Order: sequence, then C-alpha cells, then structure tokens
Amino acid sequence: MTVTEDAATVAPAKEVGQARRRKEDARLITGRTTWTDNMVLPGMLHMSVLRSPVAHARITHLDVGAAQERPNVVAVLTGRDLAEEQGSIPCAWPVTPDMVNPGHPSVAVDQVNHVGEAVALVIARSRTAAADALEAIDIDYESLPVVLDMEEAVTGGADLVHGHTESNTSFHWVFDAGEAGTGADTEQAFAEADVVVSRRFVQQRLIPAFMEPRSVVVQPSGDNFTLWSSTQIPHILRVMLAMVTGIPEHKLRVIAPDVGGGFGGKLQVNPEEVLCLLAARRLGKPVKWTETRSESLMSAHHGRDQIQYIDIAADREGNVKGLRCRILADMGAYLRLVTPGVPVLGAFMFVGIYKFPAYRFECDGVFTNKVPTDAYRGAGRPEATFAIERIMDELAVELGMDPLELRRKNWIDAAEFPFTTAAGLEYDSGDYEAATQQALQLLGYDELRAEQQRRRESGDPVQLGIGFSTFTEMCGLAPSRVLGSLSYGAGGWESASIRMLPTGKVEVVAGTTPHGQGHETAWSQIVADQLGVPFEDVEVLHGDTAVSSRGMDTYGSRSLVVGGTAVVKAAEKVVAKARTIAAHMLEASEDDLEFTGGKFSVRGTPGASVGIQEVALAVFASHDYPEGIEPTIDAEATFDPENFSFPPGTHICAMEVDTETGFVKIRKYASVDDVGTIVNPLIVEGQVHGGLAQGIAQALYEEAIYDADGNLTTGTFVDYLVPSAADLPHFDTGNTVHAAPGNPLGAKGVGEAGCIASTPAVVNAALDAVRHLGVTDIRMPLTPERVWRAIHQGGDGGDRATAGSNAYGGAQTETTAGVSTPASALGGDK
Amino acid sequence: MTQITVRVDGQSYSDDVEPRTLLVHYLREQLGKVGTVVGCDTSNCGACTVHLDGEAVKSCTVLAVQADGGTVTTIEGIADGGTLHPMQKAFHDMHGLQCGFCTPGMIMASIDLVGDNPDPSEDEVREGIEGNLCRCTGYQNIVRAVQQAAAEMRGASTGAPSTTEAVAQS
Repeated sequence: MTVTEDAATVAPAKEVGQARRRKEDARLITGRTTWTDNMVLPGMLHMSVLRSPVAHARITHLDVGAAQERPNVVAVLTGRDLAEEQGSIPCAWPVTPDMVNPGHPSVAVDQVNHVGEAVALVIARSRTAAADALEAIDIDYESLPVVLDMEEAVTGGADLVHGHTESNTSFHWVFDAGEAGTGADTEQAFAEADVVVSRRFVQQRLIPAFMEPRSVVVQPSGDNFTLWSSTQIPHILRVMLAMVTGIPEHKLRVIAPDVGGGFGGKLQVNPEEVLCLLAARRLGKPVKWTETRSESLMSAHHGRDQIQYIDIAADREGNVKGLRCRILADMGAYLRLVTPGVPVLGAFMFVGIYKFPAYRFECDGVFTNKVPTDAYRGAGRPEATFAIERIMDELAVELGMDPLELRRKNWIDAAEFPFTTAAGLEYDSGDYEAATQQALQLLGYDELRAEQQRRRESGDPVQLGIGFSTFTEMCGLAPSRVLGSLSYGAGGWESASIRMLPTGKVEVVAGTTPHGQGHETAWSQIVADQLGVPFEDVEVLHGDTAVSSRGMDTYGSRSLVVGGTAVVKAAEKVVAKARTIAAHMLEASEDDLEFTGGKFSVRGTPGASVGIQEVALAVFASHDYPEGIEPTIDAEATFDPENFSFPPGTHICAMEVDTETGFVKIRKYASVDDVGTIVNPLIVEGQVHGGLAQGIAQALYEEAIYDADGNLTTGTFVDYLVPSAADLPHFDTGNTVHAAPGNPLGAKGVGEAGCIASTPAVVNAALDAVRHLGVTDIRMPLTPERVWRAIHQGGDGGDRATAGSNAYGGAQTETTAGVSTPASALGGDK
Repeated sequence: MTQITVRVDGQSYSDDVEPRTLLVHYLREQLGKVGTVVGCDTSNCGACTVHLDGEAVKSCTVLAVQADGGTVTTIEGIADGGTLHPMQKAFHDMHGLQCGFCTPGMIMASIDLVGDNPDPSEDEVREGIEGNLCRCTGYQNIVRAVQQAAAEMRGASTGAPSTTEAVAQS
C-alpha cells in the first residue's frame, strides 16, 4: 500500500447524518395506507363490545336472547361462554416473587372491576348491526364499593377491588442503595443532613391517545390464524396470544400493518385481540373489531398515576446527601403486560444526573377500580424525572440558591464518565454543562431573567418564570440479563436480517416495528452506508411474523440503539460473506481486498474490483464459488446490549402566568438533547418535538379523571385535552453529540426524551413565576382554575374541578382532595 | 335507504345509503376511499376532513345524504396525476408527519386554510388547524409545511432550499 493510493481513495458521502426525507411518506400523504381498519375480507364479520357502565359490581343477570334475534347478528358471546378458553391477559413482569396478580379475563365472567370492562360481544354481518344489537342485551349489576383513592386503598380495612385478595396492594418493591452496595445508608444520611425537604407530588393519570384507534382483524384458515392488529408488538403479541389461547405459535401469524401511533399505548396484549381471535376461531370466519374513540379512552390502558413522597437531604452548601422516595403506583383494576414494571423501571432514574451518596426507593402497586395503567411514553422515567427535577427546585428555594447552581454543584461532570449512580446504573457519556450552556443561549436566558425582574418590580399582573430540567433517561431497552434480574419475562435483544436480491437490491428484515418513527428511512440510511449501495435500493420489511420471524418490537427508545445495531451487525456479516465470493471472483486473497463504496477492490491492482451488488448476482447463479461455503451472502444478526444508553439534556421553559386569570402561556421553550450519533436529524428533531408536546401536555392539559363513582369523565376528546397546534409553542431545539459507547452506531435513543424532560421544566417555570406570591406547588395539569386557586387561595390548586360538580375528579375523601402536611405545605380544596 | 348521487375525486357515484350513514363511513365502506380515516367520535380530531363543494368539512359530522348532488374531494384526489399537491409535497419536505394517521385530514384542512388565507403567519396557521389533532409531531413541522405550501401555491419563493425528491405514486 502506498501513500498515493490512500490519497486517491475518495470516501463516499455518508447517508448517516443526512436529513433524508422519509420513504414512508409516499403512502401516508396520498391516503394509500394499510391501516388495520381498512382491511376487508370475504365474509368478514364485525365484533362490537358491550362495556360495563359501573366501576365495581357483580353481574347478577345477563340475557342475550333478544340481541341474538336482531337482524344480521351471527353470535352473541358472554364471559360464561368464553370462560374456559379465554385464559388471562398476561402480565410479563412479576416484579416481586409474592406479587399478587388477580387474573384478568378478556371479558368479565361474574364481576366487573372498572367502567369500560367488556361484558359481552356481538358478532354481526356489519359494523352497524353489531353496534345496534348491543342495546338489546339485558344485564343487571349488583354494586360493590368502589375503590378509587390510592392512599385510602392501602389503609387497613379499606374496601377491596378483588375480594379474594388480602389487600389492594399488589406488590411492595424496594431498592436500597445501602443494601445493594451502590450507596451509603440512607437513614443515616438523612439523620446527619443539615437540610431535609419533603414533598408529595401527584403524577396524574394520562391516556396515550394514539390517533389511530385500535383495530384487529382475524382470518382463520384451516387450523391457521392470521391476525392483523394496530399494535407496537406483533412478535410479543404472537407469543402471548399462543400462550393465552392455546393456538400453537406456529399456527398463528401476526401482522402490524401501518400503525397510527402508539406511545406505549399499543404495547399491550389487548382483551379485544384475544376476543377477536376466539370469535374467529369459534365462527370460522374473519372477524374485525375497531374501537370508537370513547371505547379507546375508557378501555385501552392509561399511563402514569403515581403519588410520590419525596425526601431530599443536603448540607447547607447545597451538596446533596440522600434521596428517599416512597411511591404509590395505581395499577388500575388488573395487571396488564408490563403494568407493575413501569414504576420499577422508573426506580433507577429518580437520582437523575446527580451524585447522591445515598438512595432508597419503595413502591407499592395499588389496585383501584379504574382501567389498568401500563406503558406510556417514558414509562416510569417521566415520573422519576419529574420528582427529582421538582424537588431540586424546592431544595434550591430552601437553601436560597439559584436552581441551576444547585444542579451544577451536584451533577456528574463530563470528565467523570462512565459514572455509576447510587441507583446502580453506569451512565455512559455526556456533558451536562455544554448542553446547559447551549440551552441558555437558545432561550435567551439573561434577557428573560431581566424581564422577569422588571415584571416583579412593577407588579405586572402577568408574571414570568423560568424553569429547568437537567436530566438523563435510560434508553435502549434492554440488556437481557438486566431484565432477567428484574424478573421481566423476556429478553431485550433485537434481530435483523439482510437479503441480497439477485438484481443487487437489498431487503432489510427488522424485528423492530415502527408506528411513525421512520425506521424504513433510517434503516435504509444505515444499510446504504454499511453496504455501499444506494439509499433507494434498500427496502425495509417489518411487522409481520411470517416475514420477520424474530423480534422484540418497538418501545423504550430501543429501536435504533438495539435494532439498528442488529442491522449493522447483519450488514457486517453480509460484507464478510461477500468478501469471500469477491476474492474468488477477483482471483485474489481476501486479505488483499478492501471494501469501500460498495466495491471490493484489490489493493495495488487498479481496476480489479467487483461491487457487492454484482456479488449478489454471482451468488444467485452460483455457477462458480469457493469450495466449502454456502452459496448465499444473506445474513442475520441478533444484538443484545450490555448496558442501557443514557441520553441527557437540558430543557428550559419560560412561562408567563396571568395572576388575575390563572392562565399560563409558554413564552419560550429551549431544549438541548444529546441522543448520541444522529442518523437522521430531521427524524430526531421530529421525535423531540412530539415528545415535548406530550410532556408539556401532561404539565398543562391532560388528565384522565374519574368521578366519585368511578366513571371516566374525560371519556371523549371534548374532555380529554390532547393539545392542538394553537395550544403549543414553537420549540427551539438543539443537540450536543456524545456518541454512545455501547453500540457501533453511537446512538442513544430519542423517542422519549422530550416527553421525559419537559414536564418538570414547565411546572418549575410556572412556580418560578408565582413563588414570590407564596405558591410552592401547583398540581398538574396547570389549568387556569388550579393556578388561580393556588395564587389566591393557597395550596396546590387542588383537584381540577370543585368538589360536587360533575367534573369533580377525586374521591370524596380527605386524602385525595389535596393532602396538607406541614412538611409539604400543600393545601388544595377540602 | 335513500339514493344519493355524489362526485368523489372526479368520479360520479350513485348509491343507496341508510339515512344515518355518515359521509366518512360512506367514503370508507361503500366507496373504498380508505385514505380518509376516523379518529374520534366527537368531531374533535379532524382526521376525517375532506372537501365538500370546495369547503373543508369533518366527514364524521356530515351525513352521506347531505352530500347528495355534491362534490367531494379526499386526500386520494388532490394529486394531479403523478404530481403531488403542493401541500402533500410540503408535508413530505418539512417532515410534517410521523405516523401519518392525522395527515389526510391535516392536509385537507390546510389546503382549505391556505385557500382562505394565502399567506398565513405562524399563529394564523396554528389557529387555522386547531380543529385537527396530531399526537406525533408537536405541530411545528406541520406549521412549516403549511407555510411552505402556501408560498408555493401563491407562486412565491420561500427562499428555503427545496429538497423534494420524487415521491412514488405506487
């Protein structure tokens, strides 16, 4: 090799890093999509579900005779009809050995435990005939006491959600850094601390509210079944449905066609998926079920819903000494796929980016008569990030310190990575100071602080506040061994294969399953670089268990980090296999070949080269290939990460609060995220925007509210406030880039960052605006009513509506209606 | 059953419909125009937005019989042969969609908005599409897309570099 030859090698333009417009868009912007509900099959029947209008009751009478006689009705099925075959909706995450799982029938048999629970099914020749016949079903209920308030539910003598259990507590899960050997003794740290600040935070119940309602179509064919579903998890769903129904796994094919958003809400084995399958099996006909939005809001799983008791210890100089968290996590009426795992996943992130010497976390999973909770964008990590970023502000106030100075004093310095936290996680990389400096500039921090001062001094009715969230999250779910140590029922690896077609085109078969994330584009970019083929020559196949047989699907900001790495490793195998063939074709030694820009060329022999796409054709013909190898260059790879990835960032919100009306308005929002190497900046920015919207929505707009009888009063989009364009600000976003050391792409994951970071920044900003008026907390969402009450009546603004009104959300108990303790100084309406 | 005659995306149809049939269900279930989707049941989300006689309507709020004698344009009818409508192109260019479920309605509402206001400010776009919900994008790129399309539709240059690639019509 000579210097001259090296200089002559022109590196081809990299696809990774380009703002490629998405391949997916072509069908989505023209209406040529394959949503599950678009599916029409010959002889297809339609399923409609009768749902419980009461939260807790025994079914005392159920007569479907009249419904069965309705025109075009083919069958009416009840829980009794299906009791022997429906099994239980699976829970894959028994977080403790003694966790109580009461079992979760897909359709209620004797008792209903939340409003919206399925009690009967009509299968008819048309959607409308099925819906019409529901009203002919005669059903009576005998009411049972309704359990809604977590704090009340865990007290002795409380009414029980499940009469056959001893209490409403499903599990008690503890992480203690002292016991785990990752930190000092927490009790001692608190005993010796100069300052202890304690707060009670409420993570309200949220609804994922994906735009495409859930939909299922099942086609029986002999003893085989094909199930299309609007799901994030076709692979997991196949395994679980086989286990639940007894249909052999190899007789069941699951397809996720175009899926219209998920956000964790479609990371589920839904009762309706089971019921559709059972109905199709029983009737031998294709059956479709598509939910209405009202059904979705009342029966698809919800998210968040924690009460957090947080204590932080520090010395007078602002060095944090310990963190203690006690969490009540609302499971709802049943345990679904990862219901108990959500708060446990969060347990490792409460320490945030700070160097706590001591840490203890305890969590009770609590049953209530509400729809089950489960994953929603961030799943455990937004709850944790909110708690730590809120309590850091409270500590700063207590110490009389600038909130950013307090953070800076305690966060992990760039030179300290890798850093093992008190929660036992090894953070990989980052530079919190650099991200913060960039975010301050994006915001125009100094000018806004000056304006805040002016408004304070002039007593402006519209006050200005600035709130921080300096955070990291754990992404790339997940190292299989870690999942095993946490008793999760599956691994966290991902699989990909690459098929080299005779014409040189490339099929990438991915185990990940996108529903808006742009994998078809990003994976094409990765493969184009790896194989040196044109971006346009790559097709990405996914979401069909018959095409992509191995996969762990898409959630937890894992797809690029874990699945993208599997794609890289498959591509490396393709190149390695092609190298052998190319060497044979070029009559050269493999060691003398270099591979660049899609071509194998012989070092020192100009003109002697063959493209990998030509190799694909040669191996298709297979007329002449080396002895002892198989005639294919296709390859498959499975990647199991050794660690999570940890994308950090700094989010800053400037908020205007009208003290006369309680109306809040985001003046400016700046975020700087470090998601590692960026494969496609367009997609990354879009993911951040969407995450910000959902995180801000938690802070300002969204809340799933049950009235005192357990009715969901936010059961339509009239009442559940998914924000519109007019409700959200412009976002100023930026990035720092520290490549993740744990995977060859250097990617950290981006799907959840905006959602995890933004909520506390927004609330901290609102509080910063009105803290001088004596306000120390405002419950989310920060409705004008709550903000006004917090300013003018004290307390945290209390429940969203006045007790006794139709929209009142809390149970009629002292505890839910805003607990007041001397430590937390919370008020709320009584 | 009531007989209606309606022109949809340039094609004339004559059908018997139940009087209660919503326009969106007629489009999807009888005509197979599944590009238009249903996202809610309270006319909040706008996913089902189409044009009826040139005006954007939420087709879940219009009875099929109300469209009798009318002209309907859906997302499937706005491209001119193989050439995308400027609004479709702008959504692609500006990454104004992710899962794409709200996109047909969002594009139809945006075309109507730009028809009324050829040069909308950011705030005017945000107010103008507030009847259409998107859960993925946070709207920022949708706003950019609408403004870019507006510029193209009124024949002005945005000054922004065009990065459009041919979008396959398959």
